[in-house]
Amino acid sequence: MIETRKLCKHYGGLKAVDGISFKVEPGEVLGFLGPNGAGKSTTMKMIAGFLTPTSGTATVCGFDVQEHPIAAKRLMGYLPEGAPSYGEMSVAGFLEFIADVRGLAGEERRRRIDDAVGRLSLSGVMAQTIDTLSKGFRRRVGLAQAIVHDPKVLVLDEPTDGLDPNQKHEVRALIQAMSRDKTIIVSTHILEEVHAVCSRAIIIAGGKVLADDTPQGLEARSRYHQAVSLSTANPKDAQELLARISDVSAVEIDPQDGRVTAFPRKGKPIFDAVTAALRQANFQFSEIALEQGRLDEVFRQITQTERNAAMAKKKEAA
Amino acid sequence: MSTSAGNLTRVLMRRELKSYFATPVAYVFIVIFLVLAGAFTFYLGGFYQRGQADLLPFFNFHPWLYLFLIPAIAMRLWAEERKSGSIELLLTLPVTMWQAVLGKFLAAWAFVGIALALTFPIWITVNYLGDPDNGAILAGYFGSFLMAGAFLAVGSCLSASTRNQVVAFILTVVICFALLLAGWPLVLDMFRGFGFPQAVIDAIAGLSFITHFSAISKGVIDLRDLLYFVLMIGFWLYASAVVIDLKKAD
Repeated sequence: MIETRKLCKHYGGLKAVDGISFKVEPGEVLGFLGPNGAGKSTTMKMIAGFLTPTSGTATVCGFDVQEHPIAAKRLMGYLPEGAPSYGEMSVAGFLEFIADVRGLAGEERRRRIDDAVGRLSLSGVMAQTIDTLSKGFRRRVGLAQAIVHDPKVLVLDEPTDGLDPNQKHEVRALIQAMSRDKTIIVSTHILEEVHAVCSRAIIIAGGKVLADDTPQGLEARSRYHQAVSLSTANPKDAQELLARISDVSAVEIDPQDGRVTAFPRKGKPIFDAVTAALRQANFQFSEIALEQGRLDEVFRQITQTERNAAMAKKKEAA
Repeated sequence: MSTSAGNLTRVLMRRELKSYFATPVAYVFIVIFLVLAGAFTFYLGGFYQRGQADLLPFFNFHPWLYLFLIPAIAMRLWAEERKSGSIELLLTLPVTMWQAVLGKFLAAWAFVGIALALTFPIWITVNYLGDPDNGAILAGYFGSFLMAGAFLAVGSCLSASTRNQVVAFILTVVICFALLLAGWPLVLDMFRGFGFPQAVIDAIAGLSFITHFSAISKGVIDLRDLLYFVLMIGFWLYASAVVIDLKKAD
């Protein structure tokens, strides 16, 4: 379990993290979303015990990270931003070092290292020095290091950054496989990742939590949630036809690919009405889809509202 | 899961020491150290001309040898961790700050110890040529090793204060130079010239590496000299821990 209470980190006048509170239970994978500089990494560094909070607390499985740092760190696996490691060491040497620090010994040490190596497909590079590895491999070494002691809590700062699509897929599968009995926090700026691995997502910007919801809940905030889109040869006619449906609030034509999207009034399902109208008019279309909502749009909407508000505040102060 | 504190320090030390030998830096350092130690002893020290079977000309140059060579070892201790970001990994492992500082320091100290031990041919030489006081020589080695530890502790602290190894090197040389000079008659005479009371002059001389080292190198092991080096190492390592804690975020 991870819990933060009013966590703050100030650098002089800059509030990098400004009162972040949340709680993550075992079995949950929490996605940390936010624009660059939002305070994601700073928050994770405080949970991992690297940075000292200006105020507020972070606890890991009941241990306050500041008051009982060793107990908290024992239970935690942490992948720092950029997956730093000791470049002059071999992969095998590095993982053995981490296992030693983690207090693993004998048969268990060998088994745990083999397990981490297997899960991240590192067996082919064990003898290589880390400096000579590609970015993707280095990231996987960082992940192996974080899971070698089978921790109860995992804090992963951008675990899939720099990986190719296949490796991304593997790492996401790994996170999901581990999520059953662990508490996991993952930061990312890849929104599709939220769908792939997270059971809950927090959007932060300007050091504050702006949204805390399931991926589905976030999508439901999108204008596109429950919207119906279709491809057709005459988009203008489709627009006219669909605009007449009472629960449709607006119909837009994408200027790039000519796709027509009908937006519902809030909370009104329109799919049946739209298909009925199309059938009645015997309208020709090549394909039709019910939209789930677009996370990137929700993300932009939430984080930019915050930015605009902050800018307005600044103007007021000036 | 029950790793004792000393055990963890040893794990960290072993990793650090291995990393010295993973690059040519260690070998280059040892060769330069041995060549310079030999050159100083035989040419500047007049080892043969003195006609005495002792290693004083050898030990007398150690402070000046260390002045440039030890900062080169110490500069990477923390600056490199900061630069590569591995400090974040190290300090989020279940180790205390003290274990991390001590583990890294002991690795560097052991490394200098290895270099120092490799000067043994000079000990064989002096035993071959004459009948030296081997107890005094042993004391000299011990004192030299202690002094190296003090130099390293200063370097550890200054390495922690920056992510730039060159800056760490220069700062360490400057501070160590000041600590050496404090016992130099020239400097003490200058303070005397300013009219400082003898107590202040003694205090300044008391801070110097040279004052304490020269006694040990002659074979006189005084508890106060030992205490001086131990306290010096302790103080600078403590300062290292404080500096790392303050500056780890930058």
